[in-house]
Amino acid sequence: MPTNHGNKTMKRVSIKEEACIGCGLCQVYCTVEHSKSKDPIKAYRREQPQPLSRVRVETNKPHSISIRCQQCKDTPCVNACLTGAMTLDKETGLVMHDAEKCIGCWTCIMVCPYGAIKPDTLSKIVVKCDLCPDREVPACVANCPNEALVCEEVNP
Amino acid sequence: MTKYVIIGGSAGGIGAVEAIREVDPVGTVTVISEEKVPQYSRPMISEYVSKEATLNSMKYRGDQFWKNNNVQALTGRAATKIDFTKKQVELDGGDKISYEKLLIATGGKPFVPRMEGGEKDGVFTFTELSSAEGIEAKLEHSKSAVVIGGGLIGVSASEALVKRGIKVTLVELKDNILNLILDKTASDMAEKVLTEAGVTVITGQTVQRILGKKDNDGSVGGVVMTDGKQIPCDLVVVAIGVIPRTELVKETPVKLNRGIVVDRFMRTNIPDVYACGDVAEAHDFLINGNRLLPLWPLAHMGGRVAGYNMAGKKAEYAGGTVMSSLKYFDLLTIAVGTVNPKELDDYEVLVELKPEKPVYKKILLKDNVIVGFIFLGEIEKAGILLRLLKNHVDVSTIKEELLSDDFGIVTLPEQLRQEMFVVN
Repeated sequence: MPTNHGNKTMKRVSIKEEACIGCGLCQVYCTVEHSKSKDPIKAYRREQPQPLSRVRVETNKPHSISIRCQQCKDTPCVNACLTGAMTLDKETGLVMHDAEKCIGCWTCIMVCPYGAIKPDTLSKIVVKCDLCPDREVPACVANCPNEALVCEEVNP
Repeated sequence: MTKYVIIGGSAGGIGAVEAIREVDPVGTVTVISEEKVPQYSRPMISEYVSKEATLNSMKYRGDQFWKNNNVQALTGRAATKIDFTKKQVELDGGDKISYEKLLIATGGKPFVPRMEGGEKDGVFTFTELSSAEGIEAKLEHSKSAVVIGGGLIGVSASEALVKRGIKVTLVELKDNILNLILDKTASDMAEKVLTEAGVTVITGQTVQRILGKKDNDGSVGGVVMTDGKQIPCDLVVVAIGVIPRTELVKETPVKLNRGIVVDRFMRTNIPDVYACGDVAEAHDFLINGNRLLPLWPLAHMGGRVAGYNMAGKKAEYAGGTVMSSLKYFDLLTIAVGTVNPKELDDYEVLVELKPEKPVYKKILLKDNVIVGFIFLGEIEKAGILLRLLKNHVDVSTIKEELLSDDFGIVTLPEQLRQEMFVVN
């Protein structure tokens, strides 16, 4: 059952490690979703700065796993942020990143236990999973061919 | 209704306010701050001086922060005395405020050694907005600056000033800049980017005295180095280090070492009195003891823990250690823990160096446990290592993978990996 908390729902992506085949499509669709054009060819070949995937596929055969921000409840990145760019939305439990306030000091990267925050060295800010606010289901989940990624509604 | 008083309105004080209000929406919270606008980000002073940030964009919390949290913010006011028996804080105007729970978050102040000419107009520190504004007011008529101290703040000041077209000479007494944070290799790489950006770096020396201008108008005209050489300049920035602001608790029963000693709940030895941030000596998870660690993120986390405990919700401070993330001239660097041990033989060292990129990674292990690392150039996975270090994880089975490009969560032993995805 979807959980409603105010008007917002508590979305999370969970990972089924045993189902991940390491194909990397989550990275591709994440990159495209976070591009200006939302077109794979343009996103990869023409857009400058090139959009970055907020997901990372790691492989250590026979295991592979798709890593993204886990929206930690103890929010180490929020606590460490020097500028107030990283905040916790108390209604949704999501860790929000304000690109305008970010100065690219990389302190959040230092404390993220998942290594899930990426430096965008051209824009001098960090990027991380935002659970695709414009979509019902995040792009990585919608396009995972083996259902290794599942979007769930969780309790606050 | 509990009466909370917080002395200091920066990272620690703000953390405490947020934590208190999560637990106790009705108690009265008073924050005393000498700053008129306490809620700015001190690490952003460099961005302010370089004009990459404005006063508004450097706000750590919005202007409505105090109001939204129902805090009585006594800004531009100083606490002058604490009476721990009567549980009262005295202010600069002589008025007194009673507390039931008190947090001392007075922070640190720049250490400025006594130096001939140190009183001249044009000598600044670099930890407060007022210093930045003072520098800003002088910049238009300044051509060159000497920065004393090659630590985090000195290098930040050098970067900001050189970006404003000032000719900067950075002076470091030891042989390498950033020597408390980086090893020689990483320090040399940082020095290279500074030099390429136009900063003149002088190591192994310091400034002996500050000279005036020829017309003797009381303003800075240059410095004399320890070797007698003179360097003309219009500005001097003193960035040797920060020391805890412990004046309020000197000669009181509060247990004081170099800073105020606190336990894992950020409590001092006096009931209902807490401390956090640059003024406190709190837990270091690497040395497993108390230590001064004047770092913004740790001040905020300590403040949060203090706030929860003050409001009656038990919380334990996880601790910190020497940990820095640097971005000088876009050279991404994260350095944590022991990277420059005296007895190198006691450690196992893993190194990867690609100077052309540049990428430099170094991991120090002791008895198969990570005790320190430097990631320069490629930093994305630094936090995974920090977690292993913090939890004293035995990494003997994954040692070979730690520096590999494929290293990640997937490399971690299965049990550890499972734990990470169960937590949430």
